Amino acid sequence: MKILVGVKRVIDYNVKVRVKADNSDVDLSNTKMAINPFCEIAVEEAIRLKEAGIASEVIAVSVGTSACQEQLRTALALGADRAILVESDAAVEPLNVAKAFAKVMEQEQADLVILGKQSIDSDNNQVGQMLAALTKRPQGTFASKVDVEGQSVAVTREIDGGLRTVKLALPAIVTTDLRLNEPRFAKLPDIMKAKRKPLDTTSFADLGVKAKQHIQLDKVEAPAARQGGVKVASVDELIQKLKDEAKVI
Amino acid sequence: MSYLAPYRDMQSLMRQAHQALGLSQFSSLDDYDLDLADAIIDEANKFASQVLAPLNQVGDTVGCRLEDGQVLTPPGWKEAYQQFCEAGWLGLALPEEYGGQGLPKYIAQPVNEMWQSSNLAFVMFAALAQGGTEILQKFANDDIKDRYLSRIVSGEWTVAMALTEPNAGSDLGVLTTKALRQSDGTYQIKGQKIYITYGEHDMAENIVHLVLARTPDAPSGSRGLSLFAVPKYRVQDDGQLSEFNDIRCTGIEHKTGLHGSPTCSISYGDKDACIGELIGEENQGLKAMFILMNEARLSCGLQGVALGELAFQKSLTYAHERVQGSIAGQGRVAIIEHPDVRRMLLDMRSQTYALRALGYRIAAMIDAKENSDDHQHVSRVAQQIALLTPIFKGFATEQANLTAGSAIQVFGGMGFVEETGIAQVMRDARITTIYEGTTGIQAKDLLHRKVRLDQGAALDELLASMRTDASLAQSNADLGLLAERFEGVLNTLEKVQRHILSDQADITELDAVAVPYLMALGGICSAWQLLTSAYRAAEQQDQDKEYFGNVMLLASFYFNNQLPKFEASLHTVLQSGSEVSQYRF
Repeated sequence: MKILVGVKRVIDYNVKVRVKADNSDVDLSNTKMAINPFCEIAVEEAIRLKEAGIASEVIAVSVGTSACQEQLRTALALGADRAILVESDAAVEPLNVAKAFAKVMEQEQADLVILGKQSIDSDNNQVGQMLAALTKRPQGTFASKVDVEGQSVAVTREIDGGLRTVKLALPAIVTTDLRLNEPRFAKLPDIMKAKRKPLDTTSFADLGVKAKQHIQLDKVEAPAARQGGVKVASVDELIQKLKDEAKVI
Repeated sequence: MSYLAPYRDMQSLMRQAHQALGLSQFSSLDDYDLDLADAIIDEANKFASQVLAPLNQVGDTVGCRLEDGQVLTPPGWKEAYQQFCEAGWLGLALPEEYGGQGLPKYIAQPVNEMWQSSNLAFVMFAALAQGGTEILQKFANDDIKDRYLSRIVSGEWTVAMALTEPNAGSDLGVLTTKALRQSDGTYQIKGQKIYITYGEHDMAENIVHLVLARTPDAPSGSRGLSLFAVPKYRVQDDGQLSEFNDIRCTGIEHKTGLHGSPTCSISYGDKDACIGELIGEENQGLKAMFILMNEARLSCGLQGVALGELAFQKSLTYAHERVQGSIAGQGRVAIIEHPDVRRMLLDMRSQTYALRALGYRIAAMIDAKENSDDHQHVSRVAQQIALLTPIFKGFATEQANLTAGSAIQVFGGMGFVEETGIAQVMRDARITTIYEGTTGIQAKDLLHRKVRLDQGAALDELLASMRTDASLAQSNADLGLLAERFEGVLNTLEKVQRHILSDQADITELDAVAVPYLMALGGICSAWQLLTSAYRAAEQQDQDKEYFGNVMLLASFYFNNQLPKFEASLHTVLQSGSEVSQYRF
C-alpha cells in the first residue's frame, strides 16, 4: 500500500507572528518556518502504518517554493521514503493544492492520502475535502483513529459532541485531527540519511494543472491589543456590563 | 516554554565561524554543510525545549538520592536518557567507527549549547562520554577499544572520571589511589575518590570509571600517575558483563547547584576485588588527562554561554510580564520599559552573544585543525586554540555568574524566591568558575604557558587577526568609530604584553594580576567578535533591518558599557604592585 502525505511549510508555531507594515500580508521574511503541526501528525500516522507492515511506501508531497524542501527533508528524516515538491512561487491556494494532489495521487496510484485537517497559517480546512470531490473518493476528516482493514479504512472522526466512525473504501482521503497521535522526534542518524533520500521536483504545468488565483488577500491586521480588565463589585454589575458594554446578553 | 534555542543567533554565528575559518574549502566536510547544520539544530531544539527543559527544575528541587549504595536520579531522568541515546544525540560528535555520527564541532557546538541551557545537570554525562571516548581512542589498546567503545558511544555504558581525592584537588600530583600489577596484566585498584560526576547512577547498565592511580614503583608527583579503565561490572574478553567490580558509592554531595547531577564519593577495592585495565603506558596518565582537560575546559566555557542564554531568556520573559512603576504618559508599565532594566538585559544579551560567537569560532578552529593537510596551518591553529581555551573557560564562566546575578536583579524580590526558577541558574552557574580548573588556574595557564612560554608569539597572531577584522570594520561608515576604539584598546594590550614579557617582571606580582589579565583578554575577544558580527550585520542589513540593526546595537552597547571595564583591567595589570606579597594577613 502506498501512502501520500501532505507537508505544508508554515510559520513555526513558537514564533510571534508579525504583520507587514503596509498590512498587505504576514511578514515571513527571515522567520523560522516549520512543518504545519497537523501535517506532522499526518506524517507520523503514515510512518506508523509503514512500521506496522501495512504501508509499503510513504511519499511526502509539498506544494510551494523551493524552500519547502527543508520541510520535505524533515519528513524524510521522520521516516518518509521519498518526497515530491510541486514547485510554485504563487500563493498556495487550497483548490490548486487539491488539484495537484489529485494528479500526484493518480500518477503514484496511491491507496491512501493523509493530510492535516488544516494549516495553522491560513486555517482553511479545505484541501482534503476538495481532493475527495475531485477524485470522487471517500473522505474521513478530523481523524482521531485510523485503522486499515484490507481494502478499506475505518476512520474515527472527532465531531461536535462525540465521535463518529466511518468505513471508507480505498483509495481514500483522511485528514488528521490533533489527537490522532503524538509525532516523534527525528533521530540524528535519520536526519543525515534524509539528505540522500530521493526528492523530485515537479510543477503545476508538468502535472497538467492550471493553477488559477481564486483568492485575493485584501489586508492583514494584527489582533487588537488586549484591554486591561476591571473588577466588578457585584453580580448585578457584571450582568449590567455584559448587557450594556459587551452587548453579549 | 521555559527554553527555546536562539535559533537565529545560532544560525548566524555558525555561519560567521564557518566563514572565518574557511570550512567550505575542506572536501572532508562536504557532507556536513550548513543546510544539514540547520536541520540538526532545528531538531535538537525540539528535544531540548520539549524533553530536557521541563526536567530542569525537577532535577533541582528533587535532586538525587543515595539508597543502599545506589544513586537514584530525579524523576524522568532515566527515560530522558533513554530517549537521548535512542535519538542518536549522544553519538553526535563521537566517532562513526563505533556507531557515532562523527559530526564536525561547528555543528556539535550549538547542539551542546542547547543541552546545557535546557538542562545542564542532566547532560553532564555527554561531555564525559565525549572525553572518555577520545582518551580510549588515542591511548587504549585495540582490545580495550573493541570491548568498550561501541558500548560507550551507544550510551549503554556511561563514563566517569575519577581524579580528585580528598587531599588532591587541583594538585593531582599528590594523589594516593594505588594500582597493583597482577600476574594476568590487570591491576588491582584501591583508594578513595571524590567529586565523581555520575560516578554512580541508575540510567545505564554499566559505568566505566577512568581512574588516575599510582603503581608501587611509580615516581612521585604527577609524573607517576597512570590511567585505568575500571568498570562497575567487569567486562569479559567477549565484551559481556560479569561480576560486580567492588566499586562502592559511599556518599553524594549536597551541592549549591546542579542538584540533578550526582557528585559521588567512590571507594574502589574495599574488599580487594576491584580490577582495572591500564590505558596506554604506566606513568602516562597525566598525558591522557590533558586531552580530557582541554576538552572539558572548552565544554565548560560553553556552559557559561548556555547559562547566560537561559538567564537572559527567563529575564526577558519576566520583564515583559511584570508590571511595576509608571512612565509619564504611559501609566503603569511592564518593567522592560525601564531603561535600567533594558540596560541589564542588554548586558546579558551582548555578553552572551559575543561569547557564543567566540565559542563557535573555537569549534570551527578545531574542525579546521582536524581537516587541514597543511601541517604549518594545523600547528598554528592548534596554538590559537590552546591560547583561547583558558580565556574562553575562565571568562565565559565568570561572565555567566554576573549574568545570572543580573537576571535575579531583573526579577527583583521574586528572584530571591526559589519558585521562579531563576535562582537555580545562579546556583548552577556557580561551580563553572571552579571545576575543570578555577579561574585562577586558567589565568596562570594563560599567563605562563600560553603567553610567556612562546614570548607572546601566539598572542601576536591573535592580535593580528583582530587587527585585520577591525580594519575591515573600519571601512564601514557605521562602524568606523567602534573599530578605531578597538584599535586603541589593542594598543594598550600590546603595552601590557611588553610589560608581561619584560625581563624585570616580578612573577609574584604578575601572578596576582593574572585574573584581571585573563578578564581583559576575554573582554577584548568579546568586543572583537561583536565587531565582526556587526560588520556582517551591516552587510546584510537590507535583508532584515530589525535583526541586523539589533546586532549592530549590541556591538556598540558592549563597547560603551563593558569594554571600558576590561580596559581598566589592562591598567590593573600595568600597575601591578607588591601589595599581595607585603600585606600581613
